[in-house]
Amino acid sequence: MGPIGRGRGKMAAAAGALRRLVRCRPQQGLGRLLQLRSGIHGSAPAAVQVNVRDALNQALDEELERDERVFLLGEEVAQYDGAYKISRGLWKKYGDKRIIDTPISEMGFTGIAVGAAMAGLRPICEFMTFNFSMQAIDQVINSASKTLYMSAGMVPVPVVFRGPNGASAGVGAQHSQCFAAWYGHCPGLKVVSPWSSEDAKGLLKASVRDDNPVVMLENELMYGVPFEMSEAAQSKDFLVPIGKAKIERQGTHVTLVSHSRSVGHCLEAAAVLVKEGVECEVINLRTIRPMDVESIEASVVKTNHLITVEGGWPQFGVGAEICARIMEGPAFNYLDAPAVRLTGADVPMPYAKILEENCLPQVKDIIFAVKKILNI
Amino acid sequence: MRKMLLAALSRVLQGPAAAARPVSRVVVASRNYADFASEATFDIKKCDLHRLEEGPPVTAVLTREEGLHYYKTMQTIRRMELKSDQLYKQKIIRGFCHLYDGQEACCVGLEAAIKPTDHLITAYRAHGYAYTRGTSVREILAELTGRKGGCAKGKGGSMHMYAQNFYGGNGIVGAQVPLGAGIALACKYFGKDEICLTLYGDGAANQGQIFETYNMAALWKLPCIFICENNRYGMGTSVERAAASTDYYKRGDYIPGIRVDGMDILCVREATKFAAEHCRSGKGPILMELQTYRYHGHSMSDPGISYRTREEIQEVRSKSDPITLLKDRMLNNSLSSVEELKEIDVEVRKEIEEAAQFATTDPEPPLEELGNHIYKNEPPFEVRGPSQWIKYKSVG
Repeated sequence: MGPIGRGRGKMAAAAGALRRLVRCRPQQGLGRLLQLRSGIHGSAPAAVQVNVRDALNQALDEELERDERVFLLGEEVAQYDGAYKISRGLWKKYGDKRIIDTPISEMGFTGIAVGAAMAGLRPICEFMTFNFSMQAIDQVINSASKTLYMSAGMVPVPVVFRGPNGASAGVGAQHSQCFAAWYGHCPGLKVVSPWSSEDAKGLLKASVRDDNPVVMLENELMYGVPFEMSEAAQSKDFLVPIGKAKIERQGTHVTLVSHSRSVGHCLEAAAVLVKEGVECEVINLRTIRPMDVESIEASVVKTNHLITVEGGWPQFGVGAEICARIMEGPAFNYLDAPAVRLTGADVPMPYAKILEENCLPQVKDIIFAVKKILNI
Repeated sequence: MRKMLLAALSRVLQGPAAAARPVSRVVVASRNYADFASEATFDIKKCDLHRLEEGPPVTAVLTREEGLHYYKTMQTIRRMELKSDQLYKQKIIRGFCHLYDGQEACCVGLEAAIKPTDHLITAYRAHGYAYTRGTSVREILAELTGRKGGCAKGKGGSMHMYAQNFYGGNGIVGAQVPLGAGIALACKYFGKDEICLTLYGDGAANQGQIFETYNMAALWKLPCIFICENNRYGMGTSVERAAASTDYYKRGDYIPGIRVDGMDILCVREATKFAAEHCRSGKGPILMELQTYRYHGHSMSDPGISYRTREEIQEVRSKSDPITLLKDRMLNNSLSSVEELKEIDVEVRKEIEEAAQFATTDPEPPLEELGNHIYKNEPPFEVRGPSQWIKYKSVG
């Protein structure tokens, strides 16, 4: 038996896990660690199953340990172990100085985080969800993202804003908005959007070490999902570079570009389509800003068909930007059909399950779009 | 003798034309420095207190050296702001320009009570602070005129000047207050006995984020001095029309407060020393309200006389001008002479003129600068211009 590598079996397992996830929300505190060993002598790399929550927790722990200037603040991050348990155990380990519970004062504590970064600390500012970041958005944009430019390089702002973004399950319109386009719009910010545990861990570590303000858009429904983490990914210095997309699945007929939870839907759709002889190339953006347009272009040159998939609203969204950029570049001449966008429905998110489900691109929608664009 | 000295003085104050007259026409009674006192003690106004048993002292000692330094600094700021007014009217400065003349005792008094290693952040009426925190007049004026020799290379403008331990210059009313508390948190975190002075105006005092900040600063005992520069008007709205309570020094509720005469530099200095000691001793935040006045309108777009009378402005000028107050104290207590102060005035004018000359002749930043300073410590990348064919290189 060779080492566990990329392959259909792994994808099917992940797809199965995702299907179970769609039906029922994972309990908090669930993190199964199954060690999968290959080879009798243990000389082959040992991968483990780690869910996104634990991956984030590991990243936080490692970065807090590595650099004393790093600290975490936000609502319920300390004594409650985190509203979604992302920071479980950290307050016990690092104490009040490094893990700070804040009152419900987004504008205030976000400004405090930005000021602390200006004065030489490296704060991680948690929003319980990014919906609440709207109350503090002036501090993120005007105080954090623009200051380096306005000061002609004198005042860097090394802060990370993180938390769950986008739709959850049944939380209603005010708690379901995706902010990828809003933050992705602003120069001076970096915006990352992990899908897998590797993404989550590597991007969070890279974000903390980056000297710029980074917005990290997590996804609540992904927190409990387990992924295989390679041995390399388990290292304390494992970083996922910001600004580089990942080809999750190679293909030849159509390019599916996505970020966050939708990546999983694309892979599920690809698994179904392969039975009909359609090979989808699935690109996980990983970073919204700066966007890795080159990877998308290279893929479109190969497949000649482009579909973008996201959870956010259609107008002025991530997909819209991708389409515009493809038109401006060399890949346009390789398109055999207009690019297609799959997005959240253009409505505030309703509560009832059937309505909510139909407000986000589902696997069947992706399959339909692929067939439509390929005329099959 | 006195008449001649006063006449000479008035000629000097009339402007450059007067100062150009040959020195021999001004009768100077030479005094050697043994005639000056080395220091004097002054009574200063007692501060109103909120949740404090004791306040700052009611007397202050001013040494000759200090007096000359404060005088020169305030005069420099005064003339720099007046020069900015001139340059704005000539359309050499554009956009926003919020002038500080009248409030000089605040920034100079605060600086006199803290160390260069302490931190300070304020709002957009920031030219005085940029100066007291170490930026040269040259760099300030060149920033206002948008030239490459400006302290932010022309990329920031009036409201975005920064220096070591000076975090601007902030355009969004009230946003600088949580930032200041964050800087104070860093001070406490690093344990280096530094404090942060966080300034805002009477208009900003009604911002919700300030109350959020009061709460966290008090909860976590952050070494932050909240300072409300109350110049009686938030743009065109008087304090009575904007605030249900105009006792700004009490608005911190559970945070102790002091109300200070912001036109008296010694009062400001002593109160700030008191407040700094409070913070450094670990007692948490404290609030100071500085009662002050701006001669100009809110900004250069505001003549400043539609919501207040010329008589009011004139009254403050004649009775409470911070530079005049200091000058009178020094002259009446033999800390300096009219001639000596006049010499300082001449020096200041010269410095301002040279700085203005630089600010009007220095070239604008090169177009290549447009893309820079987006990210820190990032390998060079391209930034999009107004079209897909226009690209700028970006280096941090």
